[in-house]
Amino acid sequence: MTKSNSTKINPAISRRSLLKSTAATAGVAIGSGAITGFPTIWAQNIKDVTLRQFGTGVSNLNEVADKVKEDLGFTLEMTALDSDSVTQRAATQPKSFDIADIEYWICKKVWPTGNLQAMDTSKIKNYDKIVGIFRNGKLTPESVIAQGTAPHSVGFVEGPGGTSFVDNESGWMTLIPTIYNADTLGIRPDLIGRPIDTWAELLNPEFKGKASILDISSIGIMDMAMVCEAMGEVTYGDKGNMTKEEIDKTIGIFTEAKKNGQFRAFWKSFDESVNLMASGEVVIQSMWSPAITAVKSKGIPCVYQPLKEGYRSWGGGIGLSSNLSGLELDAAYEYINWYLDGWVGGFLMRQGYYSAVPETSKNYMSEDEWGFWFEGKAAAGDIVNPQGDVIEKAGAVRDGGAFEERMGRVACWNAVMDENQYMVRKWNEFIAA
Amino acid sequence: MFKKSTANDLVGWLLASPLLVILALFLVLPICMIVAVSFWGATEFSIYPAFQFENYQYLFESSVTYAVFFKTFLFTIITWFFCLIIGFTVAYFLAFHVHSLTWQIALFLLCTIPFWTSNIIRMISWIPFLGRNGIANQSLMSLGIIDEPLEWLLFSDFAVVLAFVHLYALFMVVPIFNTMMRIDKSLLEAARDAGASGFQTLTNIIIPLTKPGIMIGSIFVVTLVMGDFITVRFMSGSQSANVGRLISNDVALLRYPSAAATSVILLITVLITIGIMLRFVNIRKEL
Repeated sequence: MTKSNSTKINPAISRRSLLKSTAATAGVAIGSGAITGFPTIWAQNIKDVTLRQFGTGVSNLNEVADKVKEDLGFTLEMTALDSDSVTQRAATQPKSFDIADIEYWICKKVWPTGNLQAMDTSKIKNYDKIVGIFRNGKLTPESVIAQGTAPHSVGFVEGPGGTSFVDNESGWMTLIPTIYNADTLGIRPDLIGRPIDTWAELLNPEFKGKASILDISSIGIMDMAMVCEAMGEVTYGDKGNMTKEEIDKTIGIFTEAKKNGQFRAFWKSFDESVNLMASGEVVIQSMWSPAITAVKSKGIPCVYQPLKEGYRSWGGGIGLSSNLSGLELDAAYEYINWYLDGWVGGFLMRQGYYSAVPETSKNYMSEDEWGFWFEGKAAAGDIVNPQGDVIEKAGAVRDGGAFEERMGRVACWNAVMDENQYMVRKWNEFIAA
Repeated sequence: MFKKSTANDLVGWLLASPLLVILALFLVLPICMIVAVSFWGATEFSIYPAFQFENYQYLFESSVTYAVFFKTFLFTIITWFFCLIIGFTVAYFLAFHVHSLTWQIALFLLCTIPFWTSNIIRMISWIPFLGRNGIANQSLMSLGIIDEPLEWLLFSDFAVVLAFVHLYALFMVVPIFNTMMRIDKSLLEAARDAGASGFQTLTNIIIPLTKPGIMIGSIFVVTLVMGDFITVRFMSGSQSANVGRLISNDVALLRYPSAAATSVILLITVLITIGIMLRFVNIRKEL
């Protein structure tokens, strides 16, 4: 990890390293202020700034906070919570955070509270390089936009203070996309011993007592829908926005399976999913990419199985609290620009996620890593995760292949539905059944 | 005379006031808030003051509520039963079979050792033990007792009850041991002199005299089990639900009014249960 960082040259580091040295030696603040174009006061005070970020465990990593301190000079406090708690805090405790690292469906839920402020895209240096999914919804000009809460549909508002989403690139973004992925089922190939190619396998009686699904209603319902649709039991108008009848049917099928003992357990946190899979309690389950990586790094075979119906995808981004202003707001923009600048992207991509601006991340990955994670090429050497554990031997190919192949086969995005309240109640009944 | 008693009253009130203030602030006020909020309404991301019965109506109309309350009672009764058997036996052994006070204290402290780590750690440590490839299954299989791993050991109601009993048995031991230690030993001698068998002594003297201890222990166990949510979540692998989980799910999904309504019903249920239990033993009188 450190090796690949130090060997790469960051084209945009000059301004920041200048800033950093400025902060270190206040004596030259006047001179450097002229060079960087920032007011002197900014450079002097940047070290005192503390930004409080919270979000799901996926991207709230201490390594990122350490690197921010090193590169930008200010302090970033990280709090990792589960999706429900994240939504809750973003909606009810606006004063408790400066930066919200949330998913797009959470944004749809939280934006109307007015706790977040829209961001001026003209201040985002790499805005033009952000992949199309987050701007006009299309990965390539020919792409069909998947069902669910597609990121671009809640990515823009009409202006600063805007409360409703607009369907064009208005220049005011709700979240700056940072991380996203295409999710599918995780399997233990050694314990299953045959090919798996459809979501319907989750409810196959063959895996009775050895299946699992995640107990986060808004995501779990989508996995359920993928399964029911694959089984041919339910036909959906829009999986991301189901009708009451569709919800009833979907939950009904899963409740019956639960009563028949199909599931070993449900999981709510990342660690639980890793433990279930690694211990062999479960052989097929909803899973997240780094959880697969975590199981593999223990030397246990685990595959993120591409399925013929496509992926269920999600995207996250960082939003700014409406309480941010002045120096803190400037620091937050600086942080966003740094985020899209590649170091974090490389760090996340080496765990199996995708960065919103892949081309900058490339600068922070070795050619082999880039080939393996992004281009779907066979690894030339061993592939290690950011912590340095070997997760793939030379010759391995990423499950699902290249970026375009995976993100191009998204069937639906994580979503929040119009009938969300109803769905949540039904979900509670499913858990209690 | 009259003057003196009012002065005494005043002193009495003053002495009691710190407790009164603490109870009012941290017990009565929060409960009043919960009751008030249970009539409020909720949107996707906020709650608004109102006076509506929608939360209660939904609660009483949903079959899930009844199933979950039933499950909660089931967990409570089974856990209570095993805690009572284990707690009584351990306390009996400590109080009547161990004769030196030093050993009694030493063994009693031994019982408290598990409490040196947190509740959750003690609970989670069962998971690798009971798992499909866990120590329990592997030992049983190598002993030839079973051929296939027992699936119901983990992520089942069995696991939930096991963890409950493990976590809460000591709450039964302590009060029973306490009351047993206060039984006048000469009563037992008198019983033996009068020709009572060991069993007769147990049922006619020891059990009636330890009733208050049993009742205090039972109240501990019943309230702890009925209010729990985390043990049920972890040990059942989220597959079982009790009332606590219903509330925690609601809280997680920002549905505070609904959570408050469920809490109010749970509170009333627990109070009624304890009220019934207290009908059997008058703790105040016995203490």
